[in-house]
Amino acid sequence: MKIKISKENLQSEFVRKVERISGETLSNCYQCGNCTGGCPVSYEMDYGPSQIIRLLQLGEEGLLMNANSMWVCVGCLQCYSRCPKCVSAANILEALRQLTLRKGTDHENVSDLPFPFLKNAPQQAIVCGFRKFVS
Amino acid sequence: MSRIGVFVCQCGNNIASTVDTKKVAEEMSKMPGVVYTCDYKFMCSAPGQENLREIVKAQKLDGVVVSACSPHMHEKTFRKACESAGLNPYKCEISNIREQCSWVHHDKTKKVGTIKSIDLTRMTIERLKKNRPLKNINIPVKKRALVIGGGIAGIQAALDIADGGIEVILVEKEPSIGGNMARLSETFPTMDCSQCILTPKMVEAELHDNITIYTWSEIEKVDGYIGNFTVQIRKKAKYVDEQLCTGCGECIEKCPFKADNEFEMKLNKRKVIYTPFPQAVPNIPVIDAPHCVKIQKDKCGACAIICGPNAIDFKQKDQIITEEVGAIIVATGYQLMPNERFGEYGYGKIKDVISGLQFERLASSSGPTGGEIIRPSDGNVPKSVVFIQCVGSRDEKKGVAYCSKVCCMYTAKHTMLYKHKVHDGQSYVFYMDIRSAGKRYEEFVRRAIEHDGAMYLRGRVSRVYERNGKIVVQGADTLSGNQVEIEADMVVLATAILARDGADTLAQRLGIGYDKHKFYNEYHPKLRPVETVTGGIYLAGTCAGPMDIPDSVSMGGATASKVLGLFSSDEMSREPITAIVNRAICNACWDCLNACPYSAIEKESENDRHGNILRWLAKVNDGLCQGCGICVAACRSKCIDLQGYTDEQVYAAINAF
Amino acid sequence: MKIPYYPGCTLNTVAKDFDTSAREAATVLGLELKELDQWNCCGASFPLTPDNVMGLTAPTKVLVNARKEGDTVTTLCSVCYNVLKRTNKAINDDRDRRNLINEFIEEEYDGSLQVIHFLEVLRDRIGFDKVKNLVKRPLKGIKTGTYYGCMLLRPFEDIGIDDPEAPVIFEDLLRSLGCEPVEFPNKIECCGAHLAMGNEDVVVRLSGNVMTSAIDSGADLIVTSCPLCQYNLEKSQKRLVQDTADYSGIPVLYFTQILGLALGQSEDMLGFEKNICDIRPLLKEKGV
Repeated sequence: MKIKISKENLQSEFVRKVERISGETLSNCYQCGNCTGGCPVSYEMDYGPSQIIRLLQLGEEGLLMNANSMWVCVGCLQCYSRCPKCVSAANILEALRQLTLRKGTDHENVSDLPFPFLKNAPQQAIVCGFRKFVS
Repeated sequence: MSRIGVFVCQCGNNIASTVDTKKVAEEMSKMPGVVYTCDYKFMCSAPGQENLREIVKAQKLDGVVVSACSPHMHEKTFRKACESAGLNPYKCEISNIREQCSWVHHDKTKKVGTIKSIDLTRMTIERLKKNRPLKNINIPVKKRALVIGGGIAGIQAALDIADGGIEVILVEKEPSIGGNMARLSETFPTMDCSQCILTPKMVEAELHDNITIYTWSEIEKVDGYIGNFTVQIRKKAKYVDEQLCTGCGECIEKCPFKADNEFEMKLNKRKVIYTPFPQAVPNIPVIDAPHCVKIQKDKCGACAIICGPNAIDFKQKDQIITEEVGAIIVATGYQLMPNERFGEYGYGKIKDVISGLQFERLASSSGPTGGEIIRPSDGNVPKSVVFIQCVGSRDEKKGVAYCSKVCCMYTAKHTMLYKHKVHDGQSYVFYMDIRSAGKRYEEFVRRAIEHDGAMYLRGRVSRVYERNGKIVVQGADTLSGNQVEIEADMVVLATAILARDGADTLAQRLGIGYDKHKFYNEYHPKLRPVETVTGGIYLAGTCAGPMDIPDSVSMGGATASKVLGLFSSDEMSREPITAIVNRAICNACWDCLNACPYSAIEKESENDRHGNILRWLAKVNDGLCQGCGICVAACRSKCIDLQGYTDEQVYAAINAF
Repeated sequence: MKIPYYPGCTLNTVAKDFDTSAREAATVLGLELKELDQWNCCGASFPLTPDNVMGLTAPTKVLVNARKEGDTVTTLCSVCYNVLKRTNKAINDDRDRRNLINEFIEEEYDGSLQVIHFLEVLRDRIGFDKVKNLVKRPLKGIKTGTYYGCMLLRPFEDIGIDDPEAPVIFEDLLRSLGCEPVEFPNKIECCGAHLAMGNEDVVVRLSGNVMTSAIDSGADLIVTSCPLCQYNLEKSQKRLVQDTADYSGIPVLYFTQILGLALGQSEDMLGFEKNICDIRPLLKEKGV
């Protein structure tokens, strides 16, 4: 795969928005990979947390927004907890989710959720799930 | 009326591009007392200086202003030129029209720069009119040196100074000199055995007529100034009489008690009476008092019974020794960051997770395993070893932001040592960047990878845990973008280098600066890397920041050359920019004494013929005074002035603006 | 001693056993968990993006109501604890957000409340030694896998209950009850959390790892302080028991259930029967 790198992409509105929403500074990340190494769900992600940050550093919006990573992140904060540079990949993934959800695009369709889940699951699972997956 | 000459330098285009130097010279010629002005391409060049000298003589100048670069650059040059033309050097002043004018103004019409240069030069001329001729101060120098720390840097400094014919006191806080280098197995990139290259130097230091070694000793107090320090050294009780002890070691054999062996990084136990390692210098044991049953509970005493020459003395007390020296070299070395800080790596919990220095001891033929790489937990040979770099280094959250500089190289060395000892073993290295700048260093790392089969993985390790008797290392390989997991038999942490505990206390005793990591500050990081802001105190080795053995040795040698230079004459000359007390009006309020950061103000009494004290006065010790001017500001009766920067001079300059 | 208590939604419904066992245990320890007069849902997740001020309004409401009842509020659920504590800190530290939220909910809250977990109450206010003295039924020989999960520990600078990499608070409590805590690799790893909604495979894998690593390390049971962890573990356990031949299962309990048991509450009152894997045969087997 070839990624086109340009000044416009590096300083794009998208990248600045992610930084603004997440409160993280992308250039702080020196790509040590500790987040990917410790992430319990990186095996399931199209791109691990450190790769997500790398793609953002490169200003690559397309690959990022089509990746499943943001929807797989469990928000366990292991990435942030061990980051030697105090960067929160979890915040960045949340920002990507927010960018989608704020446009009104849901990841989960509420009416499709199975009834046993809604009946038996702890309220917190449902509330938290709605916050992460539904606009 | 003064006879002042003004020389305006063009500095090629550095000044001339934004300052009309000719105009400046012209304007200055209109000032009263100025008898000569000119502008010139490079005043600092040989012809420029020659020209200056000739004009001083020809015009019988009694003062010179050079409008040029910062006085930091060429004040000395021009003052020297004036002096050789028969003028007092302190009648030469520099007006800085480069750093403070031409370089900061970009007006190519030269308007702004020229006006400002004229102002600056005019101020300097008025100031110069109030200059008094000053004479350099000569201070007698005690030609003895103190070296604090007996690691490789300190040993090298001591040897080089001693070889120059100067007496050296070498103080070491451990029972033997040798420092951390004595712990290393082999050294990169040549793989020579550390002990083999270090111990000859240790012995040389011990046998050198000019070197006195105090081991098990620490610096208690430092007074004085460059050329004249008085140092108090606490010689801790060894409970062994150094004169009587023959170093036979029978006491060590007989001692029935054991304690953690710090030299072996706690990999095994040592006796309570011990020398840290067989080649210790001096080869005299010490008793570890907190663990000694005789000292604590008045039982045992086996060592005293066996000792032929009766060298054991349980009643021995700490001794304070006072030494007078002219220069001090600080070479206190480093320590490792405590690995326990990284709970995710399991150090302290998982027995086979060890530190880099522990691995050195395992690989060392004089170490606890005789050089066999075996697991501390069960004594088995590890077939796969994971090395983790940057543990605590480059880690702003739990560690330090800086790079510890030597870990990349020693980890590569570890993989080689491991491969050479365990042929069927596999080593893995987690790294972020390989920093192998240095002669034959990169080739060394490549050899570890290409020849000795070390598997390098670019990424940090997230966690280390035990699973079914194996140590699981979970991290990332960022080059493939994947999370990776390795089942290892042993994990070695390349832990960050820290300044020693107590480095700050020592710095305060010495009056030298340190950074936020407690590494000592050099006077100038590039141009004066072994000097400190305090005259006569120099730095060598890792107390100034992480560095490897060649750098430490170079620094040790460099400090020696500084000390030998300082001691090359019986007296030391220094600039007379010191405070001076007007004895007539000093009322002995001691505000100056309290304010002085260099303890340069002394109390002086004025006595009558019978020796009765009539009154007290403040007196400036020229040796200690650094000319900072704090006392001048503090003095309520305005009786202190700073020579070369008197109030009169400063006001004259301000009034000319 | 009376201490204001925020149960949160889940403890009022599917995790009722967590709530009742804690209240009972507290009584034995001379403590009253006083439920707040008024409370609402905390939002179940602390908004990770600092620009999401909206997500802080609900937990702030809880804090405002709690502040009316004292200077401390305690919780049992790890998630509620995490959300309330972090919100409280955000309000305390960040004046801009504080003003914005206060304006929005028309309150004047300053972040002066202390949010503590019930584990902290036991450790710091009562003391594990005192707990130990009140144990009527020492759970000798029971090997416990103490499952912290995420929200009780992270992020350390906001939560700070214990060392985030090598916590001991759970182990110390269980030791005082006579149990024998075992170290297991996944004790601070995630259970799958809200992926319970829509991504059950991930949950089964993560929760499964937690349980198998505890079993492999010799644990007889797992204790937790989070209803979502408990749910995910139990749900996954159900699938693992069905699908995996050699998976025998492990009881997953709230720490208050174990606490209650040790303090002498009746087994029948603690809701053990609801677990996929019943603890009672184990108790019989170990003779406690």
